[in-house]
Amino acid sequence: MYVAVKGGEAAIANAHQLLADRRRGDRSLPAISIDQIVAQLGLAVDRVMAEASLYDRELAALAVRQARGDMIEAIFILRAYRTTLPRFGMSVPVDTAKMKIERRISATYKDLPGGQLLGPTFDYTHRLLDPSLLTDEPVAEPLRRTADENSMMRVSDILAGEGLIEGDGQMPEDHVPGDLTREPLEFPLNRDLRLQALARGDEGFLLALAYSTQRGYARTHPFVGEVRIGEVEVELDIPELGFAVSLGPVQVTECQMVNQFQGSAKNPPQFTRGYGLVFGQSERKAMAMSLVDRALRADEFGEDIVAPAQDEEFVISHSDNVQATGFVEHLKLPHYVDFQAELDLVRRMRAEYDARNGVEKNDTIRDAAE
Amino acid sequence: MTDLATYNFAYLDEQTKRMIRRAILKAISIPGYQVPFASREMPMPYGWGTGGVQVTAAILGPKDVLKVIDQGADDTTNAVSIRAFFQKVANVAVTTKTREATIIQTRHRIPEEALTAGQTLVYQVPIPEPLRFLEPRETETRKMHALEEYGLMHVKLYEDIARNGHIATTYAYPVKVEGRYVMDPSPTPKFDNPKMHMSEALQLFGAGREKRIYAVPPYTDVVSLDFEDHPFEIQHFDKPCALCGAEQVYLDEVVLDDKGGRMFVCSDTDHCEDRREHGHAGHLLAQQEAAE
Repeated sequence: MYVAVKGGEAAIANAHQLLADRRRGDRSLPAISIDQIVAQLGLAVDRVMAEASLYDRELAALAVRQARGDMIEAIFILRAYRTTLPRFGMSVPVDTAKMKIERRISATYKDLPGGQLLGPTFDYTHRLLDPSLLTDEPVAEPLRRTADENSMMRVSDILAGEGLIEGDGQMPEDHVPGDLTREPLEFPLNRDLRLQALARGDEGFLLALAYSTQRGYARTHPFVGEVRIGEVEVELDIPELGFAVSLGPVQVTECQMVNQFQGSAKNPPQFTRGYGLVFGQSERKAMAMSLVDRALRADEFGEDIVAPAQDEEFVISHSDNVQATGFVEHLKLPHYVDFQAELDLVRRMRAEYDARNGVEKNDTIRDAAE
Repeated sequence: MTDLATYNFAYLDEQTKRMIRRAILKAISIPGYQVPFASREMPMPYGWGTGGVQVTAAILGPKDVLKVIDQGADDTTNAVSIRAFFQKVANVAVTTKTREATIIQTRHRIPEEALTAGQTLVYQVPIPEPLRFLEPRETETRKMHALEEYGLMHVKLYEDIARNGHIATTYAYPVKVEGRYVMDPSPTPKFDNPKMHMSEALQLFGAGREKRIYAVPPYTDVVSLDFEDHPFEIQHFDKPCALCGAEQVYLDEVVLDDKGGRMFVCSDTDHCEDRREHGHAGHLLAQQEAAE
């Protein structure tokens, strides 16, 4: 006798209890602390902050722990919290020329004002498993330089001196930057909204798209003008005060990609730019973002749109991993009502097909009572 | 970090609710038209009913009685989860009885019992755009709606008939609302389409991931697309429900064993239970009682 499946509530509660158990793991080991995650899994925390669009290391670390290290789940948890926060204002644009630089490299100049600063990078490490990390061996203090008070010239400014690169561009005086977390997107987008979407877009998706442009699907002849990582001040205009006050520093990664451009009827031959800016330290994301940003500007430069990376609706509609994972994973929700409808149709069409082809009816559906 | 979780009644803040209510009012004013709205990240995943949850959260009051169904059943896991969510964040009364509910949130079904004036049916919608699988671009489909350019949809249905002898759409079967907008009824089986027509209840549709709300106000024309020589037809089941004996209802097929044994039971669990309480018995139930 069939009994309708009951007790969903108890099953869900038990599943969550089991999840909590698996999250905690072996009780004989100490639990990992939020401080430890912030300090030792910093790049995971950075990615969660970037793609959740919320700069808060402790909350991001909490999300990482709660998600058992599943990055997209952690991003989702943090975003669901972010969306409940009121938006009380808009910051003044951050000035990355005034960044307190921890790393800054350029691939277009051997040396340049401010120099090349390698900073904490995986580059040039040999990817050999390091047995010393199996235990907690003492780590030497890093070398430090005295902070340079002068702002560090951006590579785009160097090229701009010769007029060989497009400028920063001008927005109309009364332009209010869009906010895709508060207004539904409407295609085609302005570049501000597009950059916003890319900044919170999935690192893996943007990486693959950026890679595709390098392999000939919308080639953009890119050079890393510069990548810089460091802290910038976030300032907020307070109307009552009449001046901007600092809210504190955030760490960001900025990438200026310099791309060759042949010129068009409207524009002289010059270098064009793709731009990437993300919270925390994430060169891969910032670089991928800048490549995709440049590819998406095809329309602006009158380039033929021939590849996925140039297609704004395609890229932006599918770059959000929280949306993507939700919809892909919703397929595991029950769909038996719709499946029943399909089953009925396929059975009917199959019966007609068999009748046409003289196949004898094979009645596989027996009634339960038989 | 200690005051992390302080949430407003029904989770959403009042500003957001106001924004959603405005979208709902616009949707009611233009039946079948998809109104863009600034969908929020909800604490459940996109594709799991975030649109419906936002609509419900925006219209829910402390005196409402909420029913949540998925596949017609009150006890499917996602329905249980959403119902528990509103109990937690709104402390609202819940029910499984269709006629007691003031708001019914649903995924994939319309209750068998006719809804009445004053009730609101909130649909969870995955892909609100009925033309999406014919034209993937939003910029294009919005134009097609604006120009009432629905030829493509009729061509698709015609091609189905030419190839298969049938319109091969069995759920999310497109409808025309009040003679103007072609609308996706959400992935309900086409069996339920006629219930939308001239319904006394208000029908609201929320698509969270796609950021769209649309509506069918009470007493609105909802016509399933068809052709004169291939009129719209709903599914028919050969057998009545094995538990309550109901006919002319939508049935789920339940596999009983590995020898091809099947039974068919009501998809609407409340309807089925209600009938059994009133003494109706399908052949399986009757058999079992005889055996006892």
